[in-house]
Amino acid sequence: MSSTHVVAAGGRGGATAPRPPARRNRLGRSVGRSVPLIPSMVLIAVFLLGPVISSFYGSFTDMSLTGSAAQGTKFVGLENYVQLFQNPDFLQSVWLTVLFLVGSAIIGQNVLGLGLAMLMRNGNTVVRGIVGTLVVTAWILPEIVAAFAAYAFFHDDGTFNELLALVGIHGPNWLYALPMVAVILANVWRGTAFSMLVYSAALFDVPEDVTESAEIDGAGGAKRLVYITLPMIRRSISTNLMLTTLQTLSVFTLIYVMTAGGPGTKSSTLPILAYQEAFKFSQLGLGTAIATILLVIGAVFSVVYIRALRPEVD
Amino acid sequence: MKRILSALAVGVVAAAALSGCSAGAGGDKVIKVAYQKFGNFTQMDSQMKSVAKQYEAAHKGYTVKLIPIQASENDYYTKLSLMNKSAATAPDVLYEDTFLIKSDASAGYLAPFDSYVKDWGDWSKFPDNAKQAGQGEDGKLYGISMGTDTRALWYNKELLTKAGVPVPWHPKTWADVLDAAKKVKAAEPGVTPINVYSGKGAGEASTMQGFEMLLYGTKDTLYDESSKKWVAGSKGFEDSLEFIKEVYQGGLGPSVQDALDPNFGNTVSGQLLPQSKLAIDLDGSWLPQNWIKGGAAAWSGWNSAMGETPMPTQNGAAPDATSMSGGWTLAVGSKSKAKDAAWDFVKLALNKENSLAYDVNATQIAVRTDVASDPKYVDANPTNKFFSDLVKVTHFRPATSVYPKVSNNIQVAMESVMTGQQSPKEAAKTYDDALPNAVGGANHVTTK
Repeated sequence: MSSTHVVAAGGRGGATAPRPPARRNRLGRSVGRSVPLIPSMVLIAVFLLGPVISSFYGSFTDMSLTGSAAQGTKFVGLENYVQLFQNPDFLQSVWLTVLFLVGSAIIGQNVLGLGLAMLMRNGNTVVRGIVGTLVVTAWILPEIVAAFAAYAFFHDDGTFNELLALVGIHGPNWLYALPMVAVILANVWRGTAFSMLVYSAALFDVPEDVTESAEIDGAGGAKRLVYITLPMIRRSISTNLMLTTLQTLSVFTLIYVMTAGGPGTKSSTLPILAYQEAFKFSQLGLGTAIATILLVIGAVFSVVYIRALRPEVD
Repeated sequence: MKRILSALAVGVVAAAALSGCSAGAGGDKVIKVAYQKFGNFTQMDSQMKSVAKQYEAAHKGYTVKLIPIQASENDYYTKLSLMNKSAATAPDVLYEDTFLIKSDASAGYLAPFDSYVKDWGDWSKFPDNAKQAGQGEDGKLYGISMGTDTRALWYNKELLTKAGVPVPWHPKTWADVLDAAKKVKAAEPGVTPINVYSGKGAGEASTMQGFEMLLYGTKDTLYDESSKKWVAGSKGFEDSLEFIKEVYQGGLGPSVQDALDPNFGNTVSGQLLPQSKLAIDLDGSWLPQNWIKGGAAAWSGWNSAMGETPMPTQNGAAPDATSMSGGWTLAVGSKSKAKDAAWDFVKLALNKENSLAYDVNATQIAVRTDVASDPKYVDANPTNKFFSDLVKVTHFRPATSVYPKVSNNIQVAMESVMTGQQSPKEAAKTYDDALPNAVGGANHVTTK
């Protein structure tokens, strides 16, 4: 982008005109060049910014689907937020959401995805093909299908407990006794392929000679990973963490099908709670407030990743 | 480029023409009818198609525009509410759940019928409680019942006989019900004696088939109609939870883990009952829908294997039995520009012939007394007469806009009792404490 700019500037007005007009020209030109961007900016404003602003505004109203509040939507200030922070169910949902995020996305999908990617690089073609296919299968399944498959797997009489029974272990009723473990494992299963693909591509870009010279200098496997590989792929780590975090924060179908947020509210993450408030209890305003908080949590994590891993500095 | 432009132009013209079609039909009067069509539920669709034909034949110059909404029940509520929010999309006639009438009426989505039914001869055929099911919180009438459902005790004749309970079984009190379950438990170890839906997993089924079937058999209710307040601290509430405790903590019911599975309802109708693994089931009139030919769990012998008996009141107090009903109505939208014509449509759709056809095809429990006694209806399903007779003693839920939250709190109370986390007294106290918040303030609560 910047290089074409320089070439174009030098090519046309630069040679003859005195300096200040040139600067003005350049300004005019860059304004002129932005004109073709206007349609796409309008589209983004209408379809992306618009909904975000309207949902932000909605979270300060008593908007509802039915009931007397549906007659006219009133501005209620911070009431929705005050109500949420006084509600122990909401605080529990925030905690469960963070647990789900850290367990399934940050630790599960990322670490497992990186591990698989590194093993695959060293594995032979047949193993690579088989493992790759198995892992990616979970990812290409539509979410609802994956959710039912996970439900059948973790159900009390499901595949997992049948397998455990073969080796003489009487497994617990996962969905009832350990609902968070079940949904975290299901999300790891479903999402690892994405991280694996991202890291496979990233590892491919780590030059062999750097790794080799480190090896000659006497760096063992663990040291090479920490001092060579990880720093070289940290841009991918940052991007991948951000993407998996945002994806995981919005997971709804998987949990809804497997446990519906239960038993009780033991696996009710924020999206489930928002659905319940907005569509079961018809309080769109309150549901929107929960969605806004979800947005804030996503933003906080994104900022942390960008600051910690600084992808733009080399 | 030229080709793209011309394609665009054609598209724009076509879109304009299409929208012109739907908006510009003003010369010809249009009645928009919105209803649910989802999965196996196509009976309403065929019914509305047939009524639309009759209507157009009788009212020259009117066109009926059918709007089948493809959505499951909860999503149907949402979509209908969204349609109702704007005058441009609000339908004239709506297929409206009795569950939502009160809240949709206070949202201003529905038009009252009171002035219309005065001159409608057929209105006397509707029993009083079915009339009340269509009322809003302001006491005005907003929906006319199409058909309903009732709830009672289903029992396996063979299992009860083996346990030494005489069949046909007629329990008179809650204690009789529990006694029979205890006999089954003693006689047949592999059999679940009784199922009463409970906890958050089964959702509204726990509240309605389970808790309210108990509570409305005591002297108490959830909601005091005269003062328009929700009831806290009633003895009936605690007694109903005590019954749940006896069932689940007393080893008479299914295992708590099974009962909390969101799909437990399917397990009951599809496996436990047909396989004779459950002796007594407090459940709905619609169960045979699963068992008839073409049902989800076809079972040819269901009618000889299963018996039905009304759910008794707590201590056998009059009227001896209790039941709960839901069911759907037809309503007219408040934003409709042709309310008189819409009312004519409702009247036609719910006359005797059309009600009969619908109740038979959609396996509904008839509300109209003349339909309920019609041989065609009675013969359509061997249990129709039994469940229609329960309409006399049935109750409708106090389905105001806060009801879903109250229902959720009831499920929480049931769950903590069935898992043994709280005693019935403690759970009732938790419910009472949470009630003002759920119903919008302490001024909506009365304490007994």
